[in-house]
Amino acid sequence: MTTQMIFLILLLAGVAAFFYGRMRARAMTVASAEKFHSRPGHHGFYVTIWTMLPAFFLIVLWLVVAPLVVRWAVTNSLPEAATASGESVSLIMTTVEQLSRGVTQLEEEDFDRISSGAMTVQEVMRSKGVLVGSDAKPYMLQAAILDERLSANSHLFLTLFAGITMIGGFLYGRRGIAPRARARNAVEQVMTLGLIAASTVAILTTAGIVLSVLFESIEFFRMVPPADFFFGTVWDPRFSAPGRVGGSDGQFGILPLLWGTAYISLVALMVAVPIGLMSAIYMSEYAGNKVRSIAKPLLEILAGIPTIVYGFFALVTFGPFLRDAGGLVGFDIQASSVLTAGFVMGIMIIPFVSSLSDDIISAVPQSLREGSYGLGATQSETIKQVIMPAALPGVVGAVLLAASRAIGETMIVVLAAGIAANITLNPGESVTTVTVKIVSQLTGDLEFNSPQTLVAFALGLTLFVVTLGLNVFALYIVRKYREQYE
Amino acid sequence: MTDQVQRMDVTAGGRVAKSEKSKLVKRRYAAERRFRFYGMAAIGTAVFFVFLLFGSIVNNGWSAFFQTKLDLTVHFDESVIDKSGQRDRMTLLTANYRKLAREALLAELGVDPADRPMRRKAEALLSRGAAIQLRDVVMDDPSVIGTTQKVELLASGNADALMKGAIDRDVPESRRQLDNRQVAWLDELRAKDILSLAFNTGLFTYGASSQPETAGIGVAAIGSFFMMLIVVLLAVPLGVAAALYLEEFAPQNRWTDLIEVNINNLAAVPSIVFGLLGLAVFINFAGLPRSSALVGGLVLTLMTLPTVIIATRAAIRAVPPSIREAALGVGASKMQTVTHHVLPLALPGILTGTIIGLVQALGETAPLLMIGLVAFVVDYPATPMDPATALPVQIYMWATAAERGFVERTAGATIILLGFLILMNSTAVIMRRRFERKW
Amino acid sequence: MVEISAPVSPVSEGANQADSVKMSARDVCVYYGEKQALFGVNLQIPTNEIMALIGPSGCGKSTFLRCLNRMNDVIPIARITGDIELDGEDIYAPDLDVVELRARVGMVFQKPNPFPKSIFDNIAYGPRIHGFSSNNKTDMEELVATSLQKAGLWEEVKDRLDQPGTGLSGGQQQRLCIARAIAVKPEVILMDEPCSALDPIATAKIEELMDELRSDYTIVIVTHSMQQAARVSQRTAFFHLGVLVEEGDTDKIFTNPDDERTQNYITGRFG
Repeated sequence: MTTQMIFLILLLAGVAAFFYGRMRARAMTVASAEKFHSRPGHHGFYVTIWTMLPAFFLIVLWLVVAPLVVRWAVTNSLPEAATASGESVSLIMTTVEQLSRGVTQLEEEDFDRISSGAMTVQEVMRSKGVLVGSDAKPYMLQAAILDERLSANSHLFLTLFAGITMIGGFLYGRRGIAPRARARNAVEQVMTLGLIAASTVAILTTAGIVLSVLFESIEFFRMVPPADFFFGTVWDPRFSAPGRVGGSDGQFGILPLLWGTAYISLVALMVAVPIGLMSAIYMSEYAGNKVRSIAKPLLEILAGIPTIVYGFFALVTFGPFLRDAGGLVGFDIQASSVLTAGFVMGIMIIPFVSSLSDDIISAVPQSLREGSYGLGATQSETIKQVIMPAALPGVVGAVLLAASRAIGETMIVVLAAGIAANITLNPGESVTTVTVKIVSQLTGDLEFNSPQTLVAFALGLTLFVVTLGLNVFALYIVRKYREQYE
Repeated sequence: MTDQVQRMDVTAGGRVAKSEKSKLVKRRYAAERRFRFYGMAAIGTAVFFVFLLFGSIVNNGWSAFFQTKLDLTVHFDESVIDKSGQRDRMTLLTANYRKLAREALLAELGVDPADRPMRRKAEALLSRGAAIQLRDVVMDDPSVIGTTQKVELLASGNADALMKGAIDRDVPESRRQLDNRQVAWLDELRAKDILSLAFNTGLFTYGASSQPETAGIGVAAIGSFFMMLIVVLLAVPLGVAAALYLEEFAPQNRWTDLIEVNINNLAAVPSIVFGLLGLAVFINFAGLPRSSALVGGLVLTLMTLPTVIIATRAAIRAVPPSIREAALGVGASKMQTVTHHVLPLALPGILTGTIIGLVQALGETAPLLMIGLVAFVVDYPATPMDPATALPVQIYMWATAAERGFVERTAGATIILLGFLILMNSTAVIMRRRFERKW
Repeated sequence: MVEISAPVSPVSEGANQADSVKMSARDVCVYYGEKQALFGVNLQIPTNEIMALIGPSGCGKSTFLRCLNRMNDVIPIARITGDIELDGEDIYAPDLDVVELRARVGMVFQKPNPFPKSIFDNIAYGPRIHGFSSNNKTDMEELVATSLQKAGLWEEVKDRLDQPGTGLSGGQQQRLCIARAIAVKPEVILMDEPCSALDPIATAKIEELMDELRSDYTIVIVTHSMQQAARVSQRTAFFHLGVLVEEGDTDKIFTNPDDERTQNYITGRFG
């Protein structure tokens, strides 16, 4: 019975248990004079839970533990000569596992052929339609047989035990159907536990991000000293060539990437902050409902457009346009440049600045405005001298959030910023960013355990820490600001 | 509000000396007008960018929905396809269909097949996909062998570009992709109604290809569909359950505070970092297949989860407490109150939030690059475990390809992607309007 | 201050009613976090009578009412000490199921809060979750009809039972909520200022209704209107600053109260 089959049967049994439990509870309600505490449906669920949950946990546990046990047993069964010869155990085990898929098809004569040396293991297996490496040796065949037998046994026991647990659970749950039994409370407790489990997924995700990025980064820092990474001014990772694992000829200075990231984000903010902030002011202070109801969704469209579309726009329309425009005034702008990427990214983050600022400006209490108008200030004077100073901390928070967006943005810079790691002040030249390099180091067929690949995780860690810091700080400012007016 | 302010200005000005008053007030009003103009200009600029973006994409991409085709009379010569007459599958698959297509075109143009330079020039008008089209005709129905049929074949990328005006006839011949002879041929074919522009169904059905005319988003769309399916199946139940717990059941303590902060920050983590997580955890640690829609879907699920949770919480919070009290008051349990009343009432809000999360997931590119979805996939993925790619990733791959035909396809695919997003967003907006409940 | 409540504790005059006590509270204290909202309340609620809880706002009368069907459980920071019994059974006993309790002690709230469902479903919801034979359609229809009749709403809504309950007028909504509470067949109905959001005509209807309901149910009503308390109730309890000051026959409380504070309140000197 395949594992999927077991799960399917369990599921069906659960459904059946529900209907059985409900039916039985109904029948008992009619028969018994006593009023039932819980509804028949609750009793149905109660039986279902007892039928499914223990068996489910048993199966999951078994599926995790059993392969480890089998592997341990098979590894121990390998002749000492094999492990002593210096071959890696994990390589042997990989071959053994491949072999074990085909050993059931082998017959007596096949073993004879192998032991007499007439055919190699690889040839025999190929005749059975199973492809294995040429390093398959006869002794591995023994291990494979053991592996196959143990796995089959394990599966058999699993089916057996899961069945017993399922039936036992069902009988136990069935016994629980009684007028005073609090099936509802039990069912709801299990449901609540399910909800709690769901809410921890967010925590697990963060933990997953931190741990995975951290571990690979530590691996990287074993090959490249952290000082070279954080303070190096040259980014030149070279290609990773097989056989050069561990040693690194490349230089992994992050500074040019940070410079590029910061420069592009700065240009983006210079575009987005004036436009976004003035839009927000106009919409919250001047615009009538009609203008607002049209302009606001239009601006929000900008936030909904996938970044790849911005990147494509920068690549085919905006980059060439800037290059030509620059050529007319005698300023040399490359098609992929700080200006191109920064400007397009600025367009992208306009709605972040505007909608956050809009909320923040609206939160300034009406009494401040009235106070200012009462003194005879015009609307713009009120905005400039009363509202904006009051809203400033919040607006700073909004800008920081937008900056963190810009720093973490990938697709626009991948398509429009270029790949050359320069430290330059000229906005017409191309630079590269942290995110671009994460992409370029991880796409293509690279060996995973080389510094050229692992550096992507160190870059990711840097990016994560920087954006997280910015976010936490920005959210803190915004929250403090809100509290002030609550 | 504006009227009120102006009135106030007048009274304020009343205290200043008369002659100075008018000057000062004039200046102040000028400043007011200027400031107001800046605001309008800012909105105008932003709106201009919206139109510029869409305009540029549509301008580049509309032509991708059309494709130049040649209506050729093809003789399915048995001696070329299958001399033996066995109709063996392998023989049929590997026959020289290129030759059939070429001969049909040469016959139409009246070019001598023996004239090699001319033959090559003429052949350049046909797509390399034409041979595959003929093969598909034969594989569908081997009885056509030996007959003569009218078949619609793809023209080459350059011929297509000329038809759409992307190749300028005024450019000197030496710098043009098509020489004068070829252009004359194309004009001749067009005059004979053999060459025509037709709706490009291939854009929707083909997979990856190195020639623009046989490249399509079919494979990518299925990959995206699988991923969206996984996101809906995982992110929605998990997100709603988490939100329910946090809003309705969770005690106020450190642990729930931690979860809260976590969710807010997770929503702001750069998407590419989720790609790193997917690579390290799902592929390297859990050993799931690289380049598969499954891993893509899982990564996108984790990315959309905060959006779904935040939207669901807002929707749940909008259900007034009086409803909960009413249900509790007639003796419903907490869980019954939530499942019978709070959840159904919050449903429109939850759905809207889910759609917004899906929109985000559908347009996401960067994390998918990390987990190997940048693959050259020709065949439709049958299950989420097969190699796949996604719509935005397909756009990325085409955007980095060199040929002019791919620019058009990229923009075309972008239009389709944006179309989907607009459709989903409008659904969300309509649902919000329709089911919005004022308490 | 606390000893004042001792003489009015029902031991003295409750002797003749001992067999017909529906609910009794002994030494009930409620805390919201650090703040104490009720101080040692002792009160017996007689069967099939209307008991009015009066007092200035913030005096704890609503808090006490919500203790009677454990609605305070919903507020995480609320903590309660003392005993409350329903038919001699401790309702705060650890093994008591709060949901069953609320089926026996129903509640009508200050603001009408119909579910955004049809009138029929509003009424049928309670019986359904409590296992009223939901497979029998006509039975349910009958139950809905009698509940609405008892609540005096039947004539007004019988032709539009499938319309949303939120579409009714305020007074109708409140009677719908009463019908909803009745449909569960509770023994006690708690009403938390049920008329405060209604106009006088709707209020009169509800008061009339309460009087009719008295024969079948025990009713506890919190009201800020002394006239209302005088009109509808047989017994009245006066709360002040979290203390039960005085309790007794409504006539006595309003004509000849023992405590000076009660006197001051009913003559309108504070509150």
